[in-house]
Amino acid sequence: MAKSIDVSDLNIYYGDFLAVQGVNMTIKARSVTAFIGPSGCGKSTFLRSLNRMHEVIPGARVEGKVVVDGQSLYDPSIDPVAVRRQIGMVFQRPNPFPTMSIYDNVLAGNRLNSRRMKKAEADGIVEKSLKGANLWNEVKDRLNKPGMGLSGGQQQRLCIARAIAVEPQVLLMDEPCSALDPISTSAIEDLIHELKSDYTIVIVTHNMQQAARVSDETGFFNLKATGEPGQLVEFNPTKKVFSNPDESATEAYISGRFG
Amino acid sequence: MTQTLEKPSASRDAMPLSGPRLPAAAPYVVGVAALAVGVGVGLILGGGVIAMGVLAAVTFIVGLTVWAWALEGRRGGVDRLATSVVWSAFLVALVPLLSLVWTVLSNGLPALSPEFFTYSMRGVIGDEQGGIYHALIGTLLITLGAAVISIPVGVMTAIYIVEYGRTAKLAKAITFLVDVMTGIPSIVAGLFAYALFVLIFGPGIRMGFGGSVALSLLMIPIVVRATEEMLKLVPDELREAAYALGVPKWRTIVKVVLPTSLSGILTGVTLAVARVIGETAPLLIIAGSTDSVNFNLFADRMQTLPVFIYYSYTQPGVPPEFGQERAWGAALVLIAIVMGLNLLARLVGKIFAPKTGR
Repeated sequence: MAKSIDVSDLNIYYGDFLAVQGVNMTIKARSVTAFIGPSGCGKSTFLRSLNRMHEVIPGARVEGKVVVDGQSLYDPSIDPVAVRRQIGMVFQRPNPFPTMSIYDNVLAGNRLNSRRMKKAEADGIVEKSLKGANLWNEVKDRLNKPGMGLSGGQQQRLCIARAIAVEPQVLLMDEPCSALDPISTSAIEDLIHELKSDYTIVIVTHNMQQAARVSDETGFFNLKATGEPGQLVEFNPTKKVFSNPDESATEAYISGRFG
Repeated sequence: MTQTLEKPSASRDAMPLSGPRLPAAAPYVVGVAALAVGVGVGLILGGGVIAMGVLAAVTFIVGLTVWAWALEGRRGGVDRLATSVVWSAFLVALVPLLSLVWTVLSNGLPALSPEFFTYSMRGVIGDEQGGIYHALIGTLLITLGAAVISIPVGVMTAIYIVEYGRTAKLAKAITFLVDVMTGIPSIVAGLFAYALFVLIFGPGIRMGFGGSVALSLLMIPIVVRATEEMLKLVPDELREAAYALGVPKWRTIVKVVLPTSLSGILTGVTLAVARVIGETAPLLIIAGSTDSVNFNLFADRMQTLPVFIYYSYTQPGVPPEFGQERAWGAALVLIAIVMGLNLLARLVGKIFAPKTGR
């Protein structure tokens, strides 16, 4: 259960403001794709347009095509809620639901959609998801405690468990480690490696070592110029991007000689 | 420039961190002295308690400020001045509150008895035992009716404003109208309800439900405002987290946003109830006044505590002492109910607040 994503000529707007222009790429199934680039170049915006989270912001809209499993996500017949069930997302800041216990947080995707299930089935989903997120051993004795009581790194893994509990095809991660310490970061990177076999993973990161460590393919985004929209500068296998990039701008950014 | 860097100014050689400070007991010393001055001068020149208090307060503020200024310098003096003025303002604000509570307690406590809560005023003449049972029932039923109308309307209005109408002109218009509604005089709300029910049932209509409608007019804007503020406090990240799990918007609101802000909304609602439960003017017009118990919101006059207080005090009967005592007793009960509601609001807020589990 993993799907590839084909993006063609994607323009992303906030109202009249063109934020990202003309993106073409194919994100492979069962692999990790990383997006790097300076702040404000549209990486997160592009990521959010992959599961129709972009349009949650008032006035935001998208032109172009995003095709998953032969279906164009921005076709009028597509239900955005159904899209988000298939393409999960983990955010920059851990955001467990404060009114719910750890157990209920993991089941939130199922419970909030009022899927009826037996206790044993629910227990199974919780255990599988928490094990999948490498969190089971730390929280198995306090599943009924509030999710907000965990540390930042644990909360982020709880959010990942919550996202994989609904078994999506694709997992989008928007700087999942930027608020975490190196040990939690390492735990989540290990997790990404393990999840790769079942999910298509797309990750936005500011940490280039992280992109090099976890990803199979890397996209470099940059602004055309100050005040111009962001664009995809280069999209290649990670090894090539970090050793012998096609574009000089990519090399300049990666080696720290930016601009 | 380089020269000043090589040779810093002379003041940098010393690093004075200590200086003369007022002793910790200074405010108490000055306080006792000021009290002595106030009482002494008052006794000599012949002034009342209020005059003595004002004199003592002024002496205290001036004395402490001058002492601190002389010893600690300008900043210390201004600090003491501001602190004493703030404390004095606090005490001044406390005086009417304490005086009110004392007056109501001392006048109202003698009236309280089991009969006072269980008897109505039906057929009570002179010094016979009468009670507020009918008014309690009326107040509770009418306020309950007002809450039943206002809470759904108010909460849903706030949900529209915050969740659906963020940028819409309609939401802005509603917010403005709610603000205007906050300022409606309660007598106007009563006249509105009366006019409405006269249109439906004909002139001279009196019913408890009309009072509920009038009170809900005053309550809705409070509920809207409180709920709106609480919903705005729910971080967008929680909404996005729910959307990203494929949860539809309405379910996100019902299952994530409302539970997260539940404690604040309940507190706001309880405070709104406390605010309208003491309204007199609209109930005088539409609910009327009666000496009998009436459990039916939809027919006949209904007595309420504020109206009961008003009539018992202005038309206490002969001899007047008993009616006036009942008025004080009812006032004490009303204050107790409002205070109880406020405590309940705090309790509810604590119980439903999201827990951190640490």
